[in-house]
Amino acid sequence: MIQLSRLCAGYFGRPAIREVTMEFLPGKVTVLLGPNGSGKSTLLKAALGLLPVMSGEVLYDGADIRQMKPRQIARKAALLAQSRNIPSIQSLRMVLHGRFPYLTYPKRYGGKDYAIAHSAMEATGSRQHENTNVSQLSGGQRQGVYLAMALAQDTQTVFMDEPTTYLDIRRQFQTMEIARSLAGEGKAVVLVLHDICLALREADRIAVFQEGRLLCLDQPEAVRKSGILEEVFQVGVYPVQTPHGTQYYCVPGQNQFPESGFCNGLRKT
Amino acid sequence: MSSLRIFFTRRSDRFFWGGLCILTLMAAVLSLGIGSVKLKPGEVLAALTGRDTASTAARIVLYSRLPRTCAAMLAGAALAVSGAIIQTVLDNPLASPSVIGVNSGAGLAVALVCAAAPSAQQYTPLVAFGGALAGVFLVAGLSRRTGASRMTVILAGVAISALFGAGIDTAVTLVPDALGGVTDFRIGGFTGVTMARLAPAAGLIAVSMGVTLSLSQQMDILALGSDTARSLGLSVGPVRFVLLVLAAALAGAAVSFCGLMGFVGLIVPHTMRRLRGDGSLSLIVSSVLGGAFFVAVCDLLARVLFSPFELPVGIILAFAGAPFFLWLLFQQRGGRK
Repeated sequence: MIQLSRLCAGYFGRPAIREVTMEFLPGKVTVLLGPNGSGKSTLLKAALGLLPVMSGEVLYDGADIRQMKPRQIARKAALLAQSRNIPSIQSLRMVLHGRFPYLTYPKRYGGKDYAIAHSAMEATGSRQHENTNVSQLSGGQRQGVYLAMALAQDTQTVFMDEPTTYLDIRRQFQTMEIARSLAGEGKAVVLVLHDICLALREADRIAVFQEGRLLCLDQPEAVRKSGILEEVFQVGVYPVQTPHGTQYYCVPGQNQFPESGFCNGLRKT
Repeated sequence: MSSLRIFFTRRSDRFFWGGLCILTLMAAVLSLGIGSVKLKPGEVLAALTGRDTASTAARIVLYSRLPRTCAAMLAGAALAVSGAIIQTVLDNPLASPSVIGVNSGAGLAVALVCAAAPSAQQYTPLVAFGGALAGVFLVAGLSRRTGASRMTVILAGVAISALFGAGIDTAVTLVPDALGGVTDFRIGGFTGVTMARLAPAAGLIAVSMGVTLSLSQQMDILALGSDTARSLGLSVGPVRFVLLVLAAALAGAAVSFCGLMGFVGLIVPHTMRRLRGDGSLSLIVSSVLGGAFFVAVCDLLARVLFSPFELPVGIILAFAGAPFFLWLLFQQRGGRK
């Protein structure tokens, strides 16, 4: 399990996240919410060791990330990055590179790696593209291949930075389904999302960020009731009962009647 | 563009690799067999197998055509692979050794040494390597430090190229004989190349190629973008550094005997990526073959088009390369990223 303790990290000596303490629980889908520039992506990068820790700690099963090699980290946590290049490479070959952290001399992928890559592509519905060049796939198909590569890494924790952005609605749902099933396998799944309604419906826990600080970390309904989302996003968030269970919708302008001012013991500021 | 790509990806792997190998081999054979002096295939073969080393025909083959063919193919392969590396590492399809100042850095170093110490000519590959290194790290460092956009990197490279080019011109103007041993240095050419001059550069190229091939997996991963690469456990900084050193070594070694040959490093990796994009290993190998083929054919054209007069091969390369580059620019604007 990955734990952050009073973590500060950022760029060019300026912290973009401050004093963040949280952990990513196995078997749970944790969604990070916050306006643009609130430090969500920075948090993922710092948790993966892509950014140096300025102060505080990142612990992997109790071990300090500063003592770990990139390969060791890559065996414990995978990332679906926000900015994804369009390489000219066969899809299957790219997914196989998800096994790179496990590669030992002589650097060749073996039968086990192929089996894992195949089942990862199966899981993301990209098996039929395995012989296609990544540069010839549509955005959604390419995201499926990237996600398969992250799954092939076979890690305890999976980070996804805006996995649903630019996807059509069906693919968005599929992506959330994959996230849920990974959590079902006991993995810790951490998503950065911009869709509040999707987060409230699908997450086990929601963390709300503003200006680099973690304001609130709780179950979706508790977070909604606290009124913190109205505060941070300047929108009203309402539940509505439907034949498909509780759904949520957002309207511009702050909710006039927050049901409670508290969230997980933190008083909203 | 898509029609071209589909046309080729439907062909099988065997067709692509077989065709490329045959083309390259044919270019080598033609380059040995054709020239301003007409030779019979038997005479060429006799010279190459060592049965005849004394006749005029044999001398032409052994001391003129063989070194030239080797030089053309080596330079083509080295510059093409150097371009493939630079495009991957800088994550920029418009980068190449000549566009971002690597070639001219090597050229300046060679010009300075030839002007200051004409006796030190056997060290030109190393000197050129140093100059290429300076060029590649100047541009790569600038782009990293300033977080510059893809276009800025190219513009910075063009500026640095111009700076180094001015340095070369200054050296050549002040010491007119400086590059006398390397004719057509400014445009690139193979006139007067000898096996002895080629040998050290060939060694450097062979070693660099070997190391580059062993790093193809790392290059694949680097091409996914630096966040993804690092999340896969790749030490991005050191790998980038090593690859840029290799790119400089390859381009520098080539420039040391063929001068400032432009466009090969841009055209060949691009063509190969489009004809058959499948990761770095196939890109490197196909760039080796494609680069050798392209330059050998251009050199052949340079020798026979206005025979007995000879054009510097750089001119032919530019005639083929410049339109290609323009075509590429227009593709980039309309197409993907």
